[in-house]
Amino acid sequence: MGGQVKFVQGNEACVEGALYAGLGFFAGYPITPSTEIAELLSARLPQKCGIFMQMEDEIASICAIIGASLTGNKAMTATSGPGFSLMQEALGFAVMAEIPCVIVDVQRGGPSTGLPTKLSQGDVNQARWGIHGDHAIVAMTASNHQDVFSITVDAFNFAETYRTPVILLFDEVIGHMRERLEIPPPGKLPLVERLKTSLPDGVDYHPYLPREDGRLPMSDFGGVHRYNVTGLFHDMWGFPSEDPKVVYGLMRHLTDKIEHHVDDLTRYREYYTEDAETLLISYGSSARSALHVVMNRRQRGERLGLLELQTLWPFPAALVREKAQNARYVVVVEMNMGQVLQSVKSAVERPDKVSLANQVDGTLITPTSILNILRIIQGRGV
Amino acid sequence: MSTREYIRERFFPHLWCPGCGHGIILNGLLHAVENIGLKKNDIVMVSGIGCSSRISGYLDFHTLHTIHGRALAFAAGVKMSRPELTLLVPMGDGDALSIGGNHFIHACRRNIDMTAIVMNNRVYGMTGGQYSPLSGYGTYATTAPYMNIDPDFDVVAMAVASGASFVARSTTYHIKQLTDVLEAAILHKGFSVVEVMSQCPTYFGRKNKEGSASEMMERFKTRTTPIGSREKLADSSLIERGIFVNREAPEYCDEYHNIIERATKGK
Ligand SMILES: Cc1ncc(C[n+]2csc(CCOP(=O)(O)OP(=O)(O)O)c2C)c(N)n1
Ligand code: SF4
Repeated sequence: MGGQVKFVQGNEACVEGALYAGLGFFAGYPITPSTEIAELLSARLPQKCGIFMQMEDEIASICAIIGASLTGNKAMTATSGPGFSLMQEALGFAVMAEIPCVIVDVQRGGPSTGLPTKLSQGDVNQARWGIHGDHAIVAMTASNHQDVFSITVDAFNFAETYRTPVILLFDEVIGHMRERLEIPPPGKLPLVERLKTSLPDGVDYHPYLPREDGRLPMSDFGGVHRYNVTGLFHDMWGFPSEDPKVVYGLMRHLTDKIEHHVDDLTRYREYYTEDAETLLISYGSSARSALHVVMNRRQRGERLGLLELQTLWPFPAALVREKAQNARYVVVVEMNMGQVLQSVKSAVERPDKVSLANQVDGTLITPTSILNILRIIQGRGV
Repeated sequence: MSTREYIRERFFPHLWCPGCGHGIILNGLLHAVENIGLKKNDIVMVSGIGCSSRISGYLDFHTLHTIHGRALAFAAGVKMSRPELTLLVPMGDGDALSIGGNHFIHACRRNIDMTAIVMNNRVYGMTGGQYSPLSGYGTYATTAPYMNIDPDFDVVAMAVASGASFVARSTTYHIKQLTDVLEAAILHKGFSVVEVMSQCPTYFGRKNKEGSASEMMERFKTRTTPIGSREKLADSSLIERGIFVNREAPEYCDEYHNIIERATKGK
């Protein structure tokens, strides 16, 4: 059986990806520009015997998906900037208690209620550091609907593999623009299912004891193994502990399980990076403008290239360093005041060759804006 | 099964102060669970943050110790995913009605089958004795050194007004009634609220010169009365105990099941 072709919004592509990945539970609270995700799932999930809940707020939404995930359900919520801010405390709980779940943030302009219907990529650092305390996090994005679909599937797979929340950072243009989407037939994209413990009833199960390969087998709430889940530092049984060895061990485990797998977690696209004299680095809808510039200039013989990041966190520093190695100029194209810029600067050998081409007025960054910056940094004047 | 089998001895000694009412509530709850004959594997306990919320760790159920004020929201996700499980949600008064007040009223309205136990000691115990929304006008707390001017909520009235289908109140003094009420609440199909007046001798008692734990419990005896008693007519300041509401109402998991039937019909 072949795939299905649709003409959809990015938000719908995300819904299709989540359903493909086996989403069983969604809880959310409406907010532009993510609302279509909730609306579509309210219709689609019950058709698959899944659960849709509209909660009283975003805090309740993320809490509910964590509860649902503990019973073995693949669970997701979707929101936008202000709602994402409200979710941070419970997001930290999911990190600490190692609960797989997916949080979609279709970004809008901020701070505060900001620009509800306009675009921005201003939540990149909130995704990284919104939670208090040291931690590792996984956050991904995409610039076209086919990728939104596959990155959403990846997000569920990573959540299950690493027992972690995964953040999907889309932006308003991606969420609302309509584009062709080919939904692959079932089975085409690999799906990671939850690793369940094989320990039988009566055998002491340690929910927080990693196997040799680092994965932590889970037991569904309601199953034969009873255990404690807490946001406090805890031992391998899930019991709270303030023993410095336990605290340090857990902190290292939570960080290492993500940071040591940057290669596995990294998704990206590249265009003419091999011989690029000027390398653009971008992501989400701004990468579309950047790609437009690259394609036009290549036709004129200019050596421009694009590295499109799809995994933003953990930051693929080694990849960026490698791709930027031979470039004279590196230009980060993003719709914020330079949130990925800082990570690129610390990744490359010569931070002084890195500049920012940004636009923060709520409109899509245009190829012309990028070209103006290019002329300046290439010393050609505007 | 003896109540001792419901306890995780590895987790002891518990962190509650001598004389704290929370242990009595634990005892009443275990007897209720035992009387009903619930299996440990069928119970999920979800709690928030506070002295009260530590109760979950001590019990050999599936236990989820969450974040401050949000226990009911976590519990909603568990119960909707696994409606066959019994959900017990113990909370402190600050946990349930201050930071968690919004979740509380919406849980009452939604009517998902679970039992919310508000362990009301009229103070923030875990953070060291600040006033809670249940401390009441005229009390003293570490953040009300000159006197608290915040009026209190009536948990029962609030639960009733928000639509809870089972609402009751008891105290740590009335352990037999407490056990019976908890048993009825767990057996009730729908959202149940049980307020339990509990003593915090360490903070509320000391700040308000209420004496020892037993003197505080003595006050639960003399200052409360069964619902509709003659004493209440004579003294309206007495607090009523018992089951205020126990009515049938559409349960949310069942209703959602009907939604699935509608959505899948004709497929
Ligand atoms: C978001 C957040 N705010 C504040 C706190 C600090 N805090 C922990 S427990 C608590 C109140 C506890 O009081 P209560 O819920 O009445 O339970 P008790 O300890 O009295 O049993 C507070 C304010 C917290 N943990 N999280
Ligand atoms: S501080 Fe109060 S509520 Fe907390 S354990 Fe001590 S007596 Fe109990």
